[in-house]
Amino acid sequence: MSHHKLEAIDLKYGYPDGHEAIRGISFEAVHGEAVGIIGANGAGKSTLLMLMMGLLHPNAGKVRIGGVELTAKTLPDIRKRVGMVFQNPDDQLFMPTVGEDVAFGPRNAGLAELEVNQRVTMALERVGILHLRDRAPFKLSGGEKHAAAIASILAMEPDILVLDEPTAGLDPRARRRVMRLLAGFTHTRLITSHDLDMILDLCPRVVILKEGKVAADGLTRQLLAEPDLMADCGMEVPALLQPCARCGHVPFCGHCPSGASVPSGASVPSCASVPSG
Amino acid sequence: MPRQVERHFHSSPLTNAIRDMHRMESLSLLDTGIHRLHPVTKLITTIAFLIAALSFERHAVGRLLPLFLYPLVIAALADLPWKPFLKRLLAVEPLIVGIGILNPLFDPVPISIGDITLARGWLTFLSIVLKTSLAVLAALQLIACTGMERMLSGMHLLGMPRVLVMQISLTYRYITVLAEETGRLLTAYTLRSSGKRGVRAAAWGSLAGMLLLRSFDRAQRVHQAMRLRGYSGYAPLPPGTRPGLRDAVFLACWLSWFVLIRLADLPLLLGRWMTGFFG
Ligand SMILES: Nc1ncnc2c1ncn2[C@@H]1O[C@H](COP(=O)(O)OP(=O)(O)O)[C@@H](O)[C@H]1O
Ligand SMILES: [Mg+2]
Repeated sequence: MSHHKLEAIDLKYGYPDGHEAIRGISFEAVHGEAVGIIGANGAGKSTLLMLMMGLLHPNAGKVRIGGVELTAKTLPDIRKRVGMVFQNPDDQLFMPTVGEDVAFGPRNAGLAELEVNQRVTMALERVGILHLRDRAPFKLSGGEKHAAAIASILAMEPDILVLDEPTAGLDPRARRRVMRLLAGFTHTRLITSHDLDMILDLCPRVVILKEGKVAADGLTRQLLAEPDLMADCGMEVPALLQPCARCGHVPFCGHCPSGASVPSGASVPSCASVPSG
Repeated sequence: MPRQVERHFHSSPLTNAIRDMHRMESLSLLDTGIHRLHPVTKLITTIAFLIAALSFERHAVGRLLPLFLYPLVIAALADLPWKPFLKRLLAVEPLIVGIGILNPLFDPVPISIGDITLARGWLTFLSIVLKTSLAVLAALQLIACTGMERMLSGMHLLGMPRVLVMQISLTYRYITVLAEETGRLLTAYTLRSSGKRGVRAAAWGSLAGMLLLRSFDRAQRVHQAMRLRGYSGYAPLPPGTRPGLRDAVFLACWLSWFVLIRLADLPLLLGRWMTGFFG
């Protein structure tokens, strides 16, 4: 279905203070695809998402969602189809209770109260926090806040999800929960993160940004394993993709050929110690 | 967090006041006959109530008493707890007393009620306290039975300009943001001020500037999040929310009651009737 397609065409954007944050970015994500957007701090990931959502207006280039160009006129309709989860859930939760907050979007869309209620229940159930419905958002734990923020977007039933660093600041268990949740979605997903293990897990494809430009676009397993590319873009090859210290195999093959010798003092794990990912 | 800082963060008067306000609004999630009334109905009734209360002469005291029927009945029908309302009322009472306390000096004309003679200013003072308490109670109850967004939609329907509705709505949401940022900044300051209490005079300027910038930034992101979820200035009422028969009955009953107690001195009549009855 083409209305789940997301396109950025030669986007350029400079902040009012003159900083050129995005200097010509093009890529596309097709129906149901999960695309990771990675890059060092300040590479322009958040700015790119804001351009995609129409929160900022590009100085040049355009954004197309489901084949429709993003303009002031198409914006309200497009925003019903694309949901964005902010990096900091505190920016997103502003109503007195979790239930009210999740109801905010559907209410603005003019749905009848009965359907608003159904949507709220459905969304909270989907992220597993139905029991928190009447709690105040500011009293929740970090993981619960993230779940509530995601629920508030799901309640709008978008086709496309845009998530800015969804696992930042979460403890390992909350992080795994968010990852499991995201893996279960069938939406077209655009996920920015520093958490390369998560990207490796969730997104078959990545777009690597460097100083406001696309440095690479391709298969996650391949790109993330290239030490030169990663270093050039201010990142490191994740442990899972580093070559085996014993046999040099990438990624870990699960066994080493007999006779491979371990370099002395190697701190890198080897195929013998970690199962292949 | 060290205990002292934690206490500082969680119970500054500002954060408390805001939490109180949210608690008041969370009562609007109850589902009673009063809550289901159209916001415009409740707005008009409240406004009529305020006009009735404030239109009594300066030293009316006894004649104000029948007005208390309104908050009492609303509290009972809407299942509102008494405690939070009394708490908030007591919180503003010193302010009201401060405004009214000079009246006995300005208006020393002696009057007598039964065997007691006192300056007429005392009655004016008492009247001010009663009127403001009535007004505060009615306003709090309106929020608790209607909720901020619905109330603002009601005001819009009654002709309040959209820009103003938007301003109030955003201010209401941003106050929380401001309080949180203040809390964080003060926490950060306290942690590095080697245990000294309060904020050094020299640090006030940069602290306030920082607060402004950060709140502005944060407010912008909150506003973006709201816009992404279809926010267009105020939350419209769900379609099909129209005043019904219940609204008409509610409005008619209360308006006639207000007119009645405004025209006739009910406490006096009741007193006469009782003395006639017993005497
Ligand atoms: N409001 C702003 N005004 C000016 N410059 C900004 C603003 N927000 C971000 N930038 C700059 O734009 C660049 C990209 O920022 P951002 O998109 O937030 O990066 P990322 O999310 O990849 O860490 C950074 O150099 C940052 O300093
Ligand atoms: Mg960012």
